[in-house]
Amino acid sequence: MTQRTELKNHQQELYHFRVRLAVGALFVLLLFSLLALRFFYLQMVEHEHYQTLAENNRISIIPVAPNRGLILDRNGVILAHNYSAYTLEITPSKVADLEETINSLTEIIDIAARDRKRFKKLLEESRNFESLPIRSRLNDVEVAKFAANRYRFPGVEIKARLFRHYPKGELASHALGHIGRINDADLDLLEEGEDLSNYKGSDHIGKLGIEQKYEKQLHGETGFQQVEIDAGGRAVRVVNQRPPVSGNNLYLTLDIRLQEVAEKAFGQFRGAMVAIDPKNGEVLAFVSKPGFDPNLFIDGIDPTNWDTLNNSPDKPLNNRALRGQYPPGSTFKPFMALAGLDLGKRSPSYTISDPGFFTLPGSSHQYRDWKKGGHGSVDLHKSIVISCDTYYYGLANDLGPDNIFNFIGRFGFGKKTGIDIEGEAAGLLPSRAWKMKRHKQKWYAGDTISVGIGQGYNLATPLQLAYATAILANKGIAVQPHLVRSIQDSKNGRSTNMPLKIISGQPFKAENLERVHLAMIDVTQPGGTAARVGAGAPYLVAGKTGTAQVVAIKQNEKYIESRVAERNRDHALFIAYAPADAPRIALAIIAENGGHGGSTAGPIARQILDYYLLGKLPQSEAVTPTDAETEDEDHD
Amino acid sequence: MTRRVWTRLVRHIDLPLLVTLLPLMLVGLVVLYSASGQDIGMVMRQAVNMLVAFGVMWAVANVPPQHLARFALPAYAAGLLLLIGVALFGEVSHGARRWLHIGVTRIQPSELMKLAIPLMLAWFLERREKTLNFKDFATAAALLLLPVGLIVRQPDLGTATLILASGFYVLFLAGLSWRVMLALLVAGALSAPVLWSVLHDYQRQRILTLFDPTQDPLGTGYHIIQSTIALGSGGIFGKGWFKGTQAHLDFLPERTTDFIFAVYGEEFGLLGNLLLLFLYLLAIGRGMLIAMKAPTLFSRLLAGSVTLTFFTYAFVNMGMVSGILPVVGVPLPLVSYGGTSIVTLLLGFGILMSIHTHRKLVQT
Repeated sequence: MTQRTELKNHQQELYHFRVRLAVGALFVLLLFSLLALRFFYLQMVEHEHYQTLAENNRISIIPVAPNRGLILDRNGVILAHNYSAYTLEITPSKVADLEETINSLTEIIDIAARDRKRFKKLLEESRNFESLPIRSRLNDVEVAKFAANRYRFPGVEIKARLFRHYPKGELASHALGHIGRINDADLDLLEEGEDLSNYKGSDHIGKLGIEQKYEKQLHGETGFQQVEIDAGGRAVRVVNQRPPVSGNNLYLTLDIRLQEVAEKAFGQFRGAMVAIDPKNGEVLAFVSKPGFDPNLFIDGIDPTNWDTLNNSPDKPLNNRALRGQYPPGSTFKPFMALAGLDLGKRSPSYTISDPGFFTLPGSSHQYRDWKKGGHGSVDLHKSIVISCDTYYYGLANDLGPDNIFNFIGRFGFGKKTGIDIEGEAAGLLPSRAWKMKRHKQKWYAGDTISVGIGQGYNLATPLQLAYATAILANKGIAVQPHLVRSIQDSKNGRSTNMPLKIISGQPFKAENLERVHLAMIDVTQPGGTAARVGAGAPYLVAGKTGTAQVVAIKQNEKYIESRVAERNRDHALFIAYAPADAPRIALAIIAENGGHGGSTAGPIARQILDYYLLGKLPQSEAVTPTDAETEDEDHD
Repeated sequence: MTRRVWTRLVRHIDLPLLVTLLPLMLVGLVVLYSASGQDIGMVMRQAVNMLVAFGVMWAVANVPPQHLARFALPAYAAGLLLLIGVALFGEVSHGARRWLHIGVTRIQPSELMKLAIPLMLAWFLERREKTLNFKDFATAAALLLLPVGLIVRQPDLGTATLILASGFYVLFLAGLSWRVMLALLVAGALSAPVLWSVLHDYQRQRILTLFDPTQDPLGTGYHIIQSTIALGSGGIFGKGWFKGTQAHLDFLPERTTDFIFAVYGEEFGLLGNLLLLFLYLLAIGRGMLIAMKAPTLFSRLLAGSVTLTFFTYAFVNMGMVSGILPVVGVPLPLVSYGGTSIVTLLLGFGILMSIHTHRKLVQT
């Protein structure tokens, strides 16, 4: 009985399965019929249409690369533009003997050894079927000569192309950056961003600086032409097209004339300078000396130029303003002074008697002031004006590392500013936790003492220092520094300002800010360490000098500048903002191996301020390293 | 003596099925020779791939179905763990996380799931055979949706859809109620707008491109434009072997792999296409016959699902090349160049042969 029901169940189940299978078979037949219909439609009904497309005139889709957006300074001066020129290009996969072809080309067109080397390098880095430039900027005679001989060179052709050009050369090169040929790494990135089809017609992409950061804005949208090609491969007729959309134009915050004054003011010095409008964070000038000519990089730099740039001891490719990390030295003192006042560790009237050194209780180690014998009695105001080390040794010890870390961090030290170019260094504002992690050591009281005068573990980039100065100038309100002021849409010509990013934080006490401010003004007045900066200026400058040691000096040794090798001399630093009562510009300068801040960095600052505030161009030639040897009064 | 060895060797090979597969693979080699620009080396490599795949097929055919069933749970569990591994530690390539590094090589666990899913679901439903109810179907659906969800997230919508289909076939053949399917269909239609919003941009682009290929002529639209021109210009009789201009003037992308059908259709025309459809129908028909005659629920479901999945691959690839389905990375089964695909397919056919040639042993 049960066997029979099971059998019956089994039969029933089998029946159900077969019904389902039959439905499946119908499904298969239905969809295959659909395919057959589609084939019928394509291959019989529309056959002639496709026949025409494929046989007589084959359709080819040609990408049309967009014009890259322009880069202009805040006043509309062009910093990067495009021009059209002829290049001689070789498609290596279509050439049998590359060496032979280039040799015969040389008979018609001048191809220098440098061009050959560059071509070889491009060849190693390129994708398979790309055509690669061997000579750019052909003149009319050369174009005509090649055209006459074209039949001899299959796989070689002349192309009219748009070229990027940076008319100002080295000026602001570290901010602008440059474009370069697309390589495999770029391709991977594009593929990941699903951007590959938009680069079908493009050979170049932003590699550095603003050109890199704003690639999306600058590149534009690639258009295409659907063209009919005859049997010989020539385009006969455009069937369909979508014009490319040019990239957007960028208006920078930089004032290129100010930039030029600043770069000239550096003369032979290596170093960096960043000037910021403290109210809105606009970077007015961004100097890293020496610079480089970005035009060299566009089509791959030739090996000779590369070696020169890369092996130079001056390291021109190093973006010092963005990535150079220097001890801030005495420029750290105004921030320390504000910390002492705000945290109640110092009152304005608190006075020390400076013997020329500081010792920790229970220790004999002397932390020396830069001035032998000391500065006599020193209060907060004087400590900034004459840059007294001893005052800050004691203050740092009273504040302790945690207070310093927390308070000074509010000025952006030890953190990236978030400026709109890649590769920024974060500097270093040391803390107990950092030291434990990095050196596996606990914090010693002695560490705090050297941090107090901006030495020790302290490191800041020139950009950070300028940013901190801008915050001080703006009464504690921090606006993120940026290089692009507005973006002009290429479609409707409308400009959109970049939004300001105000970094909110705990405010500082107004009366304390005022004390530091007044002391910094007196730094540039007679008796101050940067008296020559203020001398004869029709506006007031608030500033602070600094010196950063390159080589450590032993406990009983005296630093005598003329005896130290040029590259081991101290770095000169200067921070300032002006006009002091309504600041329009805040800046930080580092002149590498420049000696004292007051004597070398100060005059550079004065030329920049004179130009920006008065429109006055510098009269005399810039300072040179030989001018740097000055008397002791100017020290730090 | 040799005769006996021979009989032993071919005892578990289903001759009718083999006879339908061989012409398909021959077509593959013939088109590949043209599509590769008469690269005999490539044809030889594919022939070697086929030999390896035949070896795998023979080996699987000799394993009785009840032994195959023992692999269901381990294969499924391993596949699932690997998919989770991919989600956590997978290597990102082309914006998708599909590969997993294990020691020296890297694997794509979704490949394993293509066979593990029908195996697992058929095994599970057979265990519940006596009391099969709605709850069992729900559990089976969960077993299916778990890996599919992980593959969708990689994201690999094409593979996910195909695996979903292979699992759905098992449920369908096991008797999933029509009412449930209707409800799912309605729910699917209603949730389409929601689905659309969670798709990646490139996935939406591919669907949009389908409706208007000229929208994106530099990207996916280019493939569709060129492959429809290839098919259409082939006409009724085709342009002839090696004479396809679309293929040989570099207009067709991926012409030895995913788009090989465009080369075939251009050179052999409508008649060639219909012949190919017919060959596929023969193989599918044989598979269905095997499913119909299979003795146990497990083998019935497995055979049915493997066959319908094979059909789905063929349909999706030809549909994509002829421009009625979105571009997803599915090779034309048995014809496209590539080792993994052909080994996986013949492994499936090995299962069919095993089911068919072992059925008498089960019944007694």
